[in-house]
Amino acid sequence: MKCKLALAQINTVLGNVQANLAKHLELVEQALAQGADLLVFPELSMTGYLLQDMVPQVAMRPNAQDAVFSKLLQASQKIDLVVGFVQEDERNRFYIASAYLSGGEVVHVHQKIYLPTYGLFDEGRFFAWGDSVRAFDTRFGRFGMLVCEDFWHASVPYLLWQDGADVLIFSSASPGRGLSDEPQVDSARWVDHINRAYASMFTTFVAHTNRVGHEDGLHFWGGAMVYDPNGDVLARAPQNEETLLFCEIDLNQLHRTRTRLPLLRDERTALVQRELSRILMQDRRPSGR
Amino acid sequence: MIDLSINTKLATQILSNFIHSELTRVGFSRAVLGLSGGLDSALSCFLAARAMGPENVLAVRMPYRSSSQDSLDDAQRVIDATGVNSLTIPITEMVDPLIERFPDMDNMRKGNIMARARMVVLFDQSAAFNGLVVGTGNKTEILLGYTTIYGDSACAINPLGDLYKTQVRQLSHDLGVPQAVITKPPSADLWSGQTDEGELGFTYEEVDRLLFLLVDERYTPQECVEAGFSQAFVDEVVRKVQRNHFKRVMPPICKLNNRTIGYDFLYPRDWGT
Repeated sequence: MKCKLALAQINTVLGNVQANLAKHLELVEQALAQGADLLVFPELSMTGYLLQDMVPQVAMRPNAQDAVFSKLLQASQKIDLVVGFVQEDERNRFYIASAYLSGGEVVHVHQKIYLPTYGLFDEGRFFAWGDSVRAFDTRFGRFGMLVCEDFWHASVPYLLWQDGADVLIFSSASPGRGLSDEPQVDSARWVDHINRAYASMFTTFVAHTNRVGHEDGLHFWGGAMVYDPNGDVLARAPQNEETLLFCEIDLNQLHRTRTRLPLLRDERTALVQRELSRILMQDRRPSGR
Repeated sequence: MIDLSINTKLATQILSNFIHSELTRVGFSRAVLGLSGGLDSALSCFLAARAMGPENVLAVRMPYRSSSQDSLDDAQRVIDATGVNSLTIPITEMVDPLIERFPDMDNMRKGNIMARARMVVLFDQSAAFNGLVVGTGNKTEILLGYTTIYGDSACAINPLGDLYKTQVRQLSHDLGVPQAVITKPPSADLWSGQTDEGELGFTYEEVDRLLFLLVDERYTPQECVEAGFSQAFVDEVVRKVQRNHFKRVMPPICKLNNRTIGYDFLYPRDWGT
């Protein structure tokens, strides 16, 4: 089976949901014109990133009763969509969320689990922490979705892999940092390395899109990429400019790669569980949380 | 190994995009900047011209009567090389009446008055030219506090604020800033023979390497000494960085109510754009 991906590497208008909605719908038309099956937007694509006290004003509930979301659901009749937004839950907690929409339905919502609150980041001040990670079924197979810092922690993509995800959809609003004499900033190089590693170690597809543009002094570097289960780069967008990147993936590659390299078959999940339980039961704490 | 070299192509792309984005998102298409004849303002001018088009940039030369002819000539070289609009507005008549009131005024006070007079001129031209003031302060001088608060540090946006002076040199070289501007000793040009490095007592080359360890690499002062810098130099630089922090933040507001600007009324500068 084949699936033609469209990765939207876009700028957004900070705090202006209507303007961002219009841009999403415009890109839906562009992606459709190229025959794409799934259009992926970056983290917080409906709102912009550096929201701070704007968070409650731009929050949405991902259902057809929401005036903005209903437009996205309508568009998903024509093409599958991954959109980034601020979700307000039934008890008024605000999450950084990504939703997979298809056939006018919300197939899955992922709430960002890891909120960076260090260095230039202050997400934990403004958002609630997501607390679950689940793979989900789409018309192209079983997918997993993560948002930015989520995939800086190896455990989360690992869990999706074990939950059956064969295509990992990563979205970011990643500010560039670390200028050196290299042709890309440190953060861009790092994300490329780890995404390639996930594709290789989990023998899965990884598709990542990141924003471009500036908010205050932050710049988002873009660098949308698609990796196949061999860890090879199938498509790569230029950095620091708006792009709609198309890439057809052939899901039969999973069969070929995993025949050659049965890492999934041989993964010792019971051992992982046993050893992790032992480590967590011990007195010393291996990590921060 | 301390390596401050940067990929100038990438830096140029990011900084041009920054200038363009931050100006246009608030409805401006033009930039104004003060051109001293020195390297920092030359680089800002090159970047602004690249970002907005030279026809949308106004470079203002603001000599005082003691400013050197070399500075004016070097600023002209930058104007010619970039093709930006230019104005020359001497500040002597603005600042002398104040300076003359205080016969014992020292050079620092005079320099601060001149820097603030230039700020007044620039922000007036900002309104006249309908452009935002693009800053020219680099990371080294911001960290050391080698700047006049509400004077040369005043601007709408600052593209150079995360580049050390040695990186400003590297980027200027690759962007084609005239060689005369790159090689001459940095100076505030307040009196004849004044140089930054003479006044500071160390070279930018040295202090940039130290600041890079202290700030970017998060070395402790003691680790910097172990890395080969003298204790006295480290102490002096640490003290300068700390003592001048007030120039880098907004004045504190005393919190009285439940929601206070700066503490829990938090919006980015680009709010709604």
